[in-house]
Amino acid sequence: MDAAQPAMVNTPEQVPQTISNRKRQTVIYRAFSYLVLSLIGLTMVIPFVWMISTSFKDATEIYRPNFFPQNPTTDNYEEVITDTALPRWYLNSLIVAVMTTISVAFFDSLAGFVFAKYQFPGKRAIFLLFLSSLMIPTEMLIIPWFIMSVDPPIGATWVDTYWGIAFPGVITATGVFLMRQFMQSVPDELLDAARIDGVSEFGLFWRIVIPLSLPAIGALSIFNFLGNWNAFIWPLIVTSDLNMMTLPVGLQFFSSENGADWHLIMTGASLSVVPLLIIVIVFQRYIIEGITLTGLKG
Amino acid sequence: MILLEWLQYPFVWSYQQTVEKLSLPKQKIFWAYVFLFIPLIFFLYIRIYPTIQAFGMSFYDWNPLAVEQEFIGFDNYAEIFEDVQKPALTSPTRAAFENTVKYVVIGMPLQLVLSLSIALMLSEIRRFVDFYRVIFFLPFVTSTIAVAWVFRWLYQPQHGLFNVVLAAFSLPTQDFLDSRGQALFSILAVVIWQGLGFAVIIFLAGLKQIPRTYYEAAEVDGSSRWQSFWNITLPLLNPSIVYLVVLQTISFLRMFAPVLAMTSQGDGGPLNSTTTVVLRVFREAFGTRSKMGYSAALTVVLFAVILMVTIIQLRLTTRSVD
Repeated sequence: MDAAQPAMVNTPEQVPQTISNRKRQTVIYRAFSYLVLSLIGLTMVIPFVWMISTSFKDATEIYRPNFFPQNPTTDNYEEVITDTALPRWYLNSLIVAVMTTISVAFFDSLAGFVFAKYQFPGKRAIFLLFLSSLMIPTEMLIIPWFIMSVDPPIGATWVDTYWGIAFPGVITATGVFLMRQFMQSVPDELLDAARIDGVSEFGLFWRIVIPLSLPAIGALSIFNFLGNWNAFIWPLIVTSDLNMMTLPVGLQFFSSENGADWHLIMTGASLSVVPLLIIVIVFQRYIIEGITLTGLKG
Repeated sequence: MILLEWLQYPFVWSYQQTVEKLSLPKQKIFWAYVFLFIPLIFFLYIRIYPTIQAFGMSFYDWNPLAVEQEFIGFDNYAEIFEDVQKPALTSPTRAAFENTVKYVVIGMPLQLVLSLSIALMLSEIRRFVDFYRVIFFLPFVTSTIAVAWVFRWLYQPQHGLFNVVLAAFSLPTQDFLDSRGQALFSILAVVIWQGLGFAVIIFLAGLKQIPRTYYEAAEVDGSSRWQSFWNITLPLLNPSIVYLVVLQTISFLRMFAPVLAMTSQGDGGPLNSTTTVVLRVFREAFGTRSKMGYSAALTVVLFAVILMVTIIQLRLTTRSVD
């Protein structure tokens, strides 16, 4: 419908004036928006730029406020990579994040599938039980988890192990809820037709529902990966061995040990942040979709 | 995929013997339970049971080094109640509750207004929307610890960028994190800075849901931009606002990592001025005193507050549906 049409009700001389006023206003608002957004954008970027800039300065130059190092050096990077366990922390974070993400993608989808497509006694109760866990803050669980990890039901100890860092996150209630919402749109007729063709119930999930749900699984996975990559409080508690720390825990440890060596701390921060930022810029569309879909951090 | 089909073989024999004799609806029920088995065990054992355990521990003088734990009833809660009545300077628990309230009451509205303004401006412009969006979003995906240390460097009293800039304009330099009065706001600014992009994305998604025709109709009726914002945007954005209010309130209630990383020795200083409830939980339980019972009681209090916030949210959202 033409937006200007109902305006015919107004007196003829009024209409062109208000419309041109609107247009002028819009131009002003837009210019103003670009200006303010650019300023805010700068405050978002400057801390990162300053971090990277400091990481290329030597110990004498860090106290000079120039944005571009006069004698850029990569010594800091060599020092941090060879003298600390940072490569190992990288590996640990990667292992934990990949482990939990694969597990979350599989189990959250499977549980979501059941809640979306099956009717069975106790369904409502079990679903509410899953959802109720969303209301429990992680902080309440860390003390019991720690006691469990020191004296676990399986194995000698979960402290300083990958499983110990990962176990709280291997299935998530938000993911189950998200996948249930998404899989409800898979037509029942499709599943019934496959059943008649002799596809097993797991086959329905694996060969029909999973391929149809890939966008949601992708969003959930990226989101979950980021959450686990940046997870802090639980990895901090369950690791004490330097070689088992994840990246944020290691960075915190390393930075508090090197109080005034800001060039080294900023190098460690750059190393831990920049690769992830590149990934985020490349996959920004999926990540932002994932955020609007799941809407929760960690 | 082939591997997964092989994995089914051990079950095939028993499946044919028992399950296939069932009617189709009953077979489906059987498989629903099989699929849910591991997730159910997980939620019961890793989420629900530890919750009950935390409640239980709060009634004990729990010390991981002791051979036997002593049941003390409500003594931990009584101790928290006593600590809350002491002055904040000497009682970290009192300071923690005071500061946590400050973080929520100042941080949440500020972040909400800022992110809504940014989202409105982003919906105003036509070009570079994706570019701005990803820039605002970068801090959110960065590890809080890295961000905290970068800002600690920027906040440095002598050589930090902020004071260098202030000095360049002949303004008095500030102590920021070293000052009892400024430290909390310095940390809060970083948390808001980092979380802005997330709220912007939620608001943008909410704004997209509002049909353009509403604005066009209002424009024809001669309503100003401000009136359109007040009468169309705000009411229709209500679900996003309620969602973010609750989410941000809970996340400010749970403040921990930024305070740990931005105060010296992670003590929530100077002089308890930035400490939070969760930082106290961490310090009391995993510090030298190992007061796990007291910590557990603190988490129960935190849980009660978060539950209240969630219930209020449910009330508000169900009303808006009616």
